[in-house]
Amino acid sequence: MNRPLSPNSWQYRELNAKTPGLSHLSDALISLVEAGEPVVAGSADLQYSNGLNKFAERYPDRYIQFGISEQNMVTAAAGLATTGLKPYVATFASFLGLLCCEQIRMDVAYCAQPVRLIGHHTGISLGFYGTSHHATEDIATMRAIADLTVVSPADGPQLAAAIKASADYPEPIYFRIGRGREPDVYPLDTPFTFGKAIEHMVGDEITIIACGMTVHPALEAARTLNAQGHSVGVVDMPTIKPLDRAAILAAAARSKVLMSVEEHNVLGGLGSAIAEVLTDEGAPVRLVRHGIHDEYSLIAPPTHLYAHYRLDAAGIAEVARGAMGIRKAA
Amino acid sequence: MSARERTLPPDARPASNFRPTAETLALLREKARFVRLETIRLIEVAKVGHYSSVFSAAEIFAALYYDVMDINHGDPRRPDRDRFLMGKGHAAVGLFPILAEFGYIDRETLDNYTRLGNPLGDHPDMRKVPGIDFSSGSIGHALSAGLGMALGGRMQKRSFDVFVMLGDGEMQEGQVWEAAISAAHHKASNLIAIIDRNGFQLDGAVDDVMGIEPLDEKWRAFGWEVHTVDGHDLDALTTLLRQVKADEARTKPCCIIARTLKGKGVSYMETEPGWHLGYLDPSDAARAVEEIMNRTI
Repeated sequence: MNRPLSPNSWQYRELNAKTPGLSHLSDALISLVEAGEPVVAGSADLQYSNGLNKFAERYPDRYIQFGISEQNMVTAAAGLATTGLKPYVATFASFLGLLCCEQIRMDVAYCAQPVRLIGHHTGISLGFYGTSHHATEDIATMRAIADLTVVSPADGPQLAAAIKASADYPEPIYFRIGRGREPDVYPLDTPFTFGKAIEHMVGDEITIIACGMTVHPALEAARTLNAQGHSVGVVDMPTIKPLDRAAILAAAARSKVLMSVEEHNVLGGLGSAIAEVLTDEGAPVRLVRHGIHDEYSLIAPPTHLYAHYRLDAAGIAEVARGAMGIRKAA
Repeated sequence: MSARERTLPPDARPASNFRPTAETLALLREKARFVRLETIRLIEVAKVGHYSSVFSAAEIFAALYYDVMDINHGDPRRPDRDRFLMGKGHAAVGLFPILAEFGYIDRETLDNYTRLGNPLGDHPDMRKVPGIDFSSGSIGHALSAGLGMALGGRMQKRSFDVFVMLGDGEMQEGQVWEAAISAAHHKASNLIAIIDRNGFQLDGAVDDVMGIEPLDEKWRAFGWEVHTVDGHDLDALTTLLRQVKADEARTKPCCIIARTLKGKGVSYMETEPGWHLGYLDPSDAARAVEEIMNRTI
C-alpha cells in the first residue's frame, strides 16, 4: 500500500522539483522494468527525498515501503534477491553506510546477493540537518567489505547510466549519490562502465582525481587554473571499488603531483584508495588528499559548507595551487 | 495468496486431520535421535560446539525436514521449495547431517566438519553449503531475510513458505522487531517464525539476562498469529506445523513459540544450564549417546 501525498504537498513541490538529479533514479529503474528486468525498489520513509515515489506510483507491486527500519530493509533486500528479483533499496547514505554496515556485510555481500544499495544525500549535502545526516565515512566502511562494488556517480545522468548498467552486474553495489542538485557533467545516455575512470583533461603539473559531486567543481577549478597557464588534468573516478589502477598509474606517470578530491573524510576514502595503489606500485609521485580532514562537519547550508571545506571550484583551485607548490620529498 | 496451492502426499494428510500417523511419528523420533547423535559425533571433530542448542531444536528439525516442508526433491535450489532460515545459526551442526542425508552434502565433507577449508562451520553459509537457504551467525537478521524471501515469493506468485527458526535470546535484538512490524504490515502470511524457547543463552537464563516475556502477547500485539506448543511433542508439533502451512485463509504471518528444554535428551545437560557451548569428553559423550539411544522423547 503506497498512498501518495498530494501533488500540492511540500514534498512534491520542493523535494521532487528541486532535485532533478534524483529523478534519474526512478526513471532509470522504470526503464529497467520496461526492459523486462525483475527490479523491485524499496525505501525507508524517504521516497520523496530520493524520488522513488515516482517508481512507486508507476509500479506499486514492485515497490516495498519499509518504514523507518533501514537494517530490516537491507536484510530483506538480500532475501528478495535470493528469489531471483533485483532489489534496489535506498536511504540516506549516513544510515545505509554506517547503521546498516553489518547487514550489508553479512546479508548482502557475504551472501553474494546482487542487491543495489543507494545511499543518497551523501557527504555534507544535508547541510544544516547536521552531523547525524552527513556521510563522510561511508566510502571507508563500504570499500572494506569484500565482494562489494562501490560507485560514486558525478551527476544524475551518470547515476542513470550506472543504474542501467547494473542490471546484469554480478556483484552487490553500493551507490553513493548526492542530493540531486549537482550540475550535470555528462549528457544523458553517456555509456557507463564499472571499474573505469573517465579522463577529462591531461596535465603535467597536477592531476585532480575526483568522485561524486566534486567532479563538476574540480573541472571548473582545472579550467580556471589552465586559463592561468597551469597544466592541470582531471580524472573522474566513479568506481571507487574496484579501482581503476591503470588510470591512477597513468596519471602518476604524467603529473608531478596527484590530488584526490572527495566529499568524505580523507581517512579511508578515495584518497586512501589511491594512496594504496601508489604505495603498492612504488609510484614516485606526491599525493595530496583533499576532503574533510577527520572532523565532524559543521552545520550550514550545503553551499556554505562546500565553500568552508574548499570543496567548491574556488576552494579546489586554491588547494591545487598549494599542491603544485609542493616539491617532491627529498 | 491464491498461488499458495501445494501438493500434499496422498497418504498422510487428509484435510480434516493433520495428525501424523504412528509410522510417521516413529520416523520423526528416529530422525530427531539421529540429529542428536550426529551432533555429538561432529562436535567431537571440533572439540567445542552448541550441543544443547541443537538438542532443544531436534524435534523441530525433524518435523520440518522430514515431514512439513516441501523441500526434499533432490534439488536444493528448486525455486518453489520451502525455505528454512536459522536465526540461531549456532545450531547448524544439527542441520548438516540432515542435508547430508538428502545428498546435498557429501559424507566426507560432513565428517570433516570445521577442518581447514571445510564449508561446514559452527554457523551456516549459503555460498558454500547446498541446502542452506541463508547464511547466519549475527543474531537477529534471519527474520528480515525470511521476510524478503516471503515477499519475493508472493511477488512472483510462487507458492513456497518460509520457516525461520529463532532463538529466544534472539528476541533481545532490535532488528527482529523491525521485521515483525514489517511482516505484519505487508501481510506476509507465507512467513512462519518458530521460536525455540529453551530458556537459556550464553550468559545464563534468558529471563535473568534480559527478560522477554510475555512473548506470546508481544507477537500478538505486533500483528502475528501466535501458537504455543511443546517443542518436543512431535505429535503436537507436527500437527501444528502442518496446519499452519496448509492454512490458506490466514492473512497474518505466523509465530510458533516452541516450549523446549535446553539440552533435551541428555539428563545432565537438561539440569545444567552451562551447556550452551561446551565439549563432551569421550566418557561424557558415551553416557550422552547411551541416554539418547535409550530414551523416547
